[in-house]
Amino acid sequence: MTTKTLKASAAGTSVLPALFAVVLGFGIITLTGHVQASALHDAAHDVRHATGFPCH
Amino acid sequence: MFSRILTSGLFAGAAAGLITALLQLYFVQPVLLHAELYEGGELVHFGADPVTAHPDLPGMFAEPVRDGLSIIFTMLTYTGYALVMAALMSVAERQGHEINARTGLMWGLAGFITFHFAPGLSLAPEVPGVAAADVGVRQVWWTITVASAGVAMWLIAFGGNLVSHLIAALLLMAPHIVGAPEPESFSGPVPTEIGALFAARAFGVGMAAWVLLGSFAGYFWQAEGKRAEAAA
Repeated sequence: MTTKTLKASAAGTSVLPALFAVVLGFGIITLTGHVQASALHDAAHDVRHATGFPCH
Repeated sequence: MFSRILTSGLFAGAAAGLITALLQLYFVQPVLLHAELYEGGELVHFGADPVTAHPDLPGMFAEPVRDGLSIIFTMLTYTGYALVMAALMSVAERQGHEINARTGLMWGLAGFITFHFAPGLSLAPEVPGVAAADVGVRQVWWTITVASAGVAMWLIAFGGNLVSHLIAALLLMAPHIVGAPEPESFSGPVPTEIGALFAARAFGVGMAAWVLLGSFAGYFWQAEGKRAEAAA
């Protein structure tokens, strides 16, 4: 009974960390690759071109 | 679980990102700087006189701030990729799939196809100074293409039946059948030789980068798991 409960709660919570990491990862990618604010764009300019993001 | 994802993602992303940044600065950046001479009008192609194919270009770290920022942003970008990958690795492992440095190679290739090759097939990596459609519209197309290619890669790897492979093939082709946003007219001043070399170099370095990232992520994922087990 206890083991079952533990397993169920482990399975339930283990999706959330993965989901949070995916959101965090895409947040970083959006900042470095897509946001057009000029300071960010200028700093990331060469990387965006080399990494295949639409830049200009 | 979250700390395992975070640690493997950060380590793999920082390591692969640093190597990638150096590869890009050596192999891709000179081609970009060459194109910028045409973008800025210092060199003019398509005139009556031939233009030298070997102008003097600044070397690596000749502009330390610019190249330093490129290193930081490459490491950040690949850390973003690595966090997504480590999170998906945690899901795959729970479904019984083995994650290590060797299977990580395949994850890396799948990541390269998802984030770089699939959108790049119709929106080729562009040098500065080439004609292109509005950037916002291209970003929307890029995002949709990456999302559908990502789902397709998962279906190919873990779908396990013919239908999932067919759906994957459709997802991979659909954005290109619909078509990427294209410029109204060609107005870029950059020679085609430079544009082609840039796209080839960007893809080549991108593939190396992703294979490293996948292998590193697989390695750190396994190592972090063993460390946590030993500590428990």
